[in-house]
Amino acid sequence: MSSQRKALLDYCIALGDDSLTLGHRLSEWSSNGPFLEEDLALTNVALDFIGRARMFYAYAAEIEGKGRSEDDFAFLRDCREYRNFLINELPNGDFAFTMARQLLVDAYDMDFFGRLAGSSDPDLAAIAAKAVKESRYHLRRSEDWIIRLGDGTEESHRRTQDAFEQLWGYAAEMFDMSAQERQLADAGIAVDRGALEAGWASKVQAVLKQATLEVPADDWSIRGGREGIHTEHLGYLLAELQFLQRAYPGLQW
Amino acid sequence: MNQQNLPLYEVFVRSKRGLDHRHVGSLHAEDATQALEYARDVYLRRSEGVSIWVVRSSDITASQESDVEMFCDPMDDKPYRHATHFKLPKEVDNM
Repeated sequence: MSSQRKALLDYCIALGDDSLTLGHRLSEWSSNGPFLEEDLALTNVALDFIGRARMFYAYAAEIEGKGRSEDDFAFLRDCREYRNFLINELPNGDFAFTMARQLLVDAYDMDFFGRLAGSSDPDLAAIAAKAVKESRYHLRRSEDWIIRLGDGTEESHRRTQDAFEQLWGYAAEMFDMSAQERQLADAGIAVDRGALEAGWASKVQAVLKQATLEVPADDWSIRGGREGIHTEHLGYLLAELQFLQRAYPGLQW
Repeated sequence: MNQQNLPLYEVFVRSKRGLDHRHVGSLHAEDATQALEYARDVYLRRSEGVSIWVVRSSDITASQESDVEMFCDPMDDKPYRHATHFKLPKEVDNM
């Protein structure tokens, strides 16, 4: 496999991992949502992310050409092989934390998939074109909720502000480019994520301002997801996600 | 969140080939904007439609069941109100 082909494989796996971990977290809200309508909305969004993971893994399997399936990527890799951003694996916390994370991720996804839709790789471009439509809706929801919560009651304001303080330093790694990814970006395949940061920051800051929330200070960051260095939470997430396939290998519906 | 405080909205959806919006159900939401978003999640998951209306249930003035005679009787004693009452000229074949 050429180095560019290997880079493309790793790229698809990382993007699949981002979608699967966040989709799994959102699916944990199923039957636990604050009320029926929101419960359905959260699980719809979860399904969008899990659908993306399937598309990225299926494409990765095709690139790899070793007979692995999308399920093998999802269920048979351990923590250190997962390459998702850490922000996606953090536990849901309260509803404010869940929506604050969505705002940070959805604002990023809108720009990221918007640009990936122009990729010179037709499969990536097609997946991105579908994802950006979903993200437009996700972002509308998360913006709406953050404004309601931030500009809501004293308690909802406090919880939402706390959530952004806890999340802020996890956003930094979304804009770090590895040498391998740079190679793909130079070939017009990958997105230069570093170039997304300014637009992302102004978008998020505008929503926080409207929500009467403070923009947290940029004085800490935690990185490592793309290198497979994770928080303690990913292990528990994968234990639940992978249990059936680990206990009963090859089990089918 | 206390759902008791959330107002109820009625949802109307126009399907792809439909000409009019049809009532499909109701849901709770904070305001009309949120009601539209939830209507998408609750009632449009399988591409049932291309357009949504929502309206506060409390803004609907409904007839009472006790008024059914007054409002809804077919007015059988006024047959001239039905098109079938009028004899068509032979030249007008099928109408």
